[in-house]
Amino acid sequence: MRNHAPVTVRLVYLARLREAFASAGESLPVAAGREPTVASLLDELRSRGGAYAVELAPGRAIRVAVNHAMAGPSDAIRDGDEVAIFPPVTGG
Amino acid sequence: MTVRVQQADFDAGAEIAKLRAGDGRVGAVASFIGTVRDVNDDASVSRLTLEHYPGMTEKALEAIVAEAKQRFDVFEALVIHRVGELGPTDQIVLVAVTSAHRGEAFDACRFVMDYLKTRAPFWKKERTPEGERWVDARTADDAAAARW
Repeated sequence: MRNHAPVTVRLVYLARLREAFASAGESLPVAAGREPTVASLLDELRSRGGAYAVELAPGRAIRVAVNHAMAGPSDAIRDGDEVAIFPPVTGG
Repeated sequence: MTVRVQQADFDAGAEIAKLRAGDGRVGAVASFIGTVRDVNDDASVSRLTLEHYPGMTEKALEAIVAEAKQRFDVFEALVIHRVGELGPTDQIVLVAVTSAHRGEAFDACRFVMDYLKTRAPFWKKERTPEGERWVDARTADDAAAARW
């Protein structure tokens, strides 16, 4: 496995997730030694257990945006990215 | 500005007048106003709180308006979406579109609303007699957006 430079992301939690995690966001250093993606980031958050495991469980409808653009599981995460996690939108 | 996210109410008549002011090409203006209902999923609703994601919400709305202008033969388009605490009968959203003819104006207006419902980061929380609850996304909204 290639080594990767340390990656720190700015996480933003919105709506139901902000309340469930009792947090509007955090700065998170991503585990070294693997290429971080949206999916690996979600895995890392799930491994905390508690509300993170419940709200981010596979099959729960959640959306992820990286730097304000909708992102998919295989999208890469880079140092300094703003990664927002939120439920499906209900505006209008 | 073609996209505004604000707490304040809006005057649809004044906004539409501004949108088409002095533009002799315009033969059709289509608009939509979404308002707060006092009932949802069999529960009475006394308060609606609208949350958004500052920065991304504006970009998402601008992208939707840009796509509408590309897909339809329209001159101007406007979206105003309110955030914060609203009550029953309050206005939530205004979409207005100007075009030469009604068909394109109706289509573009509906397209913007259908896309907004599924792509713009807004979340509704409603207060009912049983407490507060987040509104769930509807599959009907996905179907409406998929038509385009």
